[in-house]
Amino acid sequence: MPTTETRGERTNGEGQPRRADPISPLREFGRNLTTTPRAFRDSLVRHGKVTSDRARSQVVFTNFFLHILPVRTHVHSIKAATTLGLGIATLVLFVLLCVTGVLLMVYYKPSVDQAYASMLDIMHVVPTGRLIRNVHRWSAHAMVACVMLHMARAFYTAAYKRPRQFNWVVGMALFVLTLALSFTGYLLPWDQLAFWAVTIGANIAQSPQELTDALGVTGIFDPGRMQKELLLGAHSVGQEALIRFYVLHVIVLPVITTILIGVHFWRIRKDGGLVRPQAADTIDSSAAPRSAAATSPLPLKTYGLMALMKDRTPAVNREMQNTIPTWPNVIYVVGAATMLTVLLMLVLGMAFEAPLKEMANAAVPENPAKAPWYFLGLQELVSYSAFMGGVGIPAVVVLGLALVPYLDREREDAGVWFSGARGRRVALVSALFAAASVLAMLWFTVRFGWLRNWEATKKVPQIVITFFNPGTVFVAFFALWSIAVVRVTRSTRLGAIALFTCFLIGFVILTYFATVHRGPNWDFYWSKADWPVH
Amino acid sequence: MAHERNELQETERFQPPQTRRDFLGLAATWSAIVAFVMAMLGAMRLPMPSVFPESSARVKLGRPQQFVPGSTTYFPNHRLWLFRNDGGFHAISSVCTHLGCIAERAEDGQFHCPCHGSRFDAVGNVKGGPAPKGLVWAELSVSPEGWLVADTLKAVPCGTALKA
Repeated sequence: MPTTETRGERTNGEGQPRRADPISPLREFGRNLTTTPRAFRDSLVRHGKVTSDRARSQVVFTNFFLHILPVRTHVHSIKAATTLGLGIATLVLFVLLCVTGVLLMVYYKPSVDQAYASMLDIMHVVPTGRLIRNVHRWSAHAMVACVMLHMARAFYTAAYKRPRQFNWVVGMALFVLTLALSFTGYLLPWDQLAFWAVTIGANIAQSPQELTDALGVTGIFDPGRMQKELLLGAHSVGQEALIRFYVLHVIVLPVITTILIGVHFWRIRKDGGLVRPQAADTIDSSAAPRSAAATSPLPLKTYGLMALMKDRTPAVNREMQNTIPTWPNVIYVVGAATMLTVLLMLVLGMAFEAPLKEMANAAVPENPAKAPWYFLGLQELVSYSAFMGGVGIPAVVVLGLALVPYLDREREDAGVWFSGARGRRVALVSALFAAASVLAMLWFTVRFGWLRNWEATKKVPQIVITFFNPGTVFVAFFALWSIAVVRVTRSTRLGAIALFTCFLIGFVILTYFATVHRGPNWDFYWSKADWPVH
Repeated sequence: MAHERNELQETERFQPPQTRRDFLGLAATWSAIVAFVMAMLGAMRLPMPSVFPESSARVKLGRPQQFVPGSTTYFPNHRLWLFRNDGGFHAISSVCTHLGCIAERAEDGQFHCPCHGSRFDAVGNVKGGPAPKGLVWAELSVSPEGWLVADTLKAVPCGTALKA
């Protein structure tokens, strides 16, 4: 065993102390001190300069923050048309909301006496307060929009098929959490909009009483009242509600969301990356990435970096052909999406002011008291029946969506938009059907009213209205339509496309209708200009 | 329709009979899970309030003599309409039973909620709109010191009057 020549070695190969090295200990110390910056850098970044594919692999593989990513990524995954960047946008918005949220927490005070005043401080006194609050507000709305668009993209590219079914369910949980985060945050400014929106929300939580009353069991079993008391800590919106919503909004929901985001990404890795059609796996030299400037030709040596993934057949060498090193290509794509999202939010934050109405006043309800846009469709349904619009139909929709991967188990064409030409046709026809039926029902309701407005059915019991109102009629139409599609096309996937498209179009139309055409007293108006002035 | 054969069908073709060991293992695991779930539910007892901040659900409205027979008085802080007529006193809450907005009272005594158009007649019965039930009649009583007291959280049947 040769003696080492390294500086500082005090023994030779046989473990005997060496004679004093020519460099004195003091000088050696001096040399250590002066080379510390480089030594520190080398201990932090241990793969050296990133000029080889091996080093590129190391960057991703050995980094705590980056190793959620695979060492090599399929080119299909970073194409804009594959995902439209919506998943990344949602994540970036979440991070932006956490950052701006923590900044706002420095000045916001969750007390009924101080909340509104602290909001005014943030908007007018705190340096950059107005911008940070505006960015927070617009990022929240954008995150809800991106989550919905991301869900639509995942659905239409059939990204929920085996083995990705559970990830779709995790995604649904994240969707519900996003809405909950938005709803809890909504109360915090303690203005009229906030107060009355939450009063309505809490009464929707109490709406199961419609059912327990009809069954006559409210005295012994009242889940409605229990839910409302749990939310508000009281019988009406006040300090208890404010602190509960604050706790949920700043710690409980963000922690659960972060954990589920981790699960969501982990699952993508274990499922073999983002969903891609079979065509993307064929060896095609023309598919070699032109934009991946940092790639080199196929490595001549294998390095034993392995990943365990589920797939239908062994992928020996085949997959390598269409993959590129994650570092730096995917980092560029993620970085670009991040910068674009943040830029957009900054522009919105500078251009548009987040609303702040007068301070909350329990004696004076807003008229009309409108929910934020993503709940306006529901608010239209709630105006027909509190329970069905607020609890029943949303529960059916969320449950139905969560079950999609288990009800549609066809394997073909995962990763292809609309699963091909047939799917596109089904989606288009379903969209037209849904638009026609929703508009027809809305026209009917506005023109003729509903059961209580007609002489013959004036006294009909509440339970009939709960189960037979414009909302339940839409849902029944959509369900019948999708069943018809399944039977005619003999495909559950096409039936799923039909149903999803119906609900998507229904959501869009109801949201538009409640935004533009509902005014004071929730009456129908052609435009805001027609609202009565008082 | 083309389906992949369900993998579960293949594994279910042969399963060895469950042994005592398997059963005991399952029982232990489920006991642990149930214990954990019960603990979580127990922890949820904390946010369910036993004492409500509005312990002032019972509110003093004034001396009975203050209210002239035939009068109607509105208490905005308690969202309560107080009526006195030959039959006695009764109080009707102005909180709409649909989603909690304040229903306005018109000249003719009928109530109309601005939020979604629920309508109630002069005694609070539902006449139109999405409200599921009539306006709440609050319980009235006279305190030992002679004050007229309303309990906004206790409902009495429509038509109940307090003679005072």
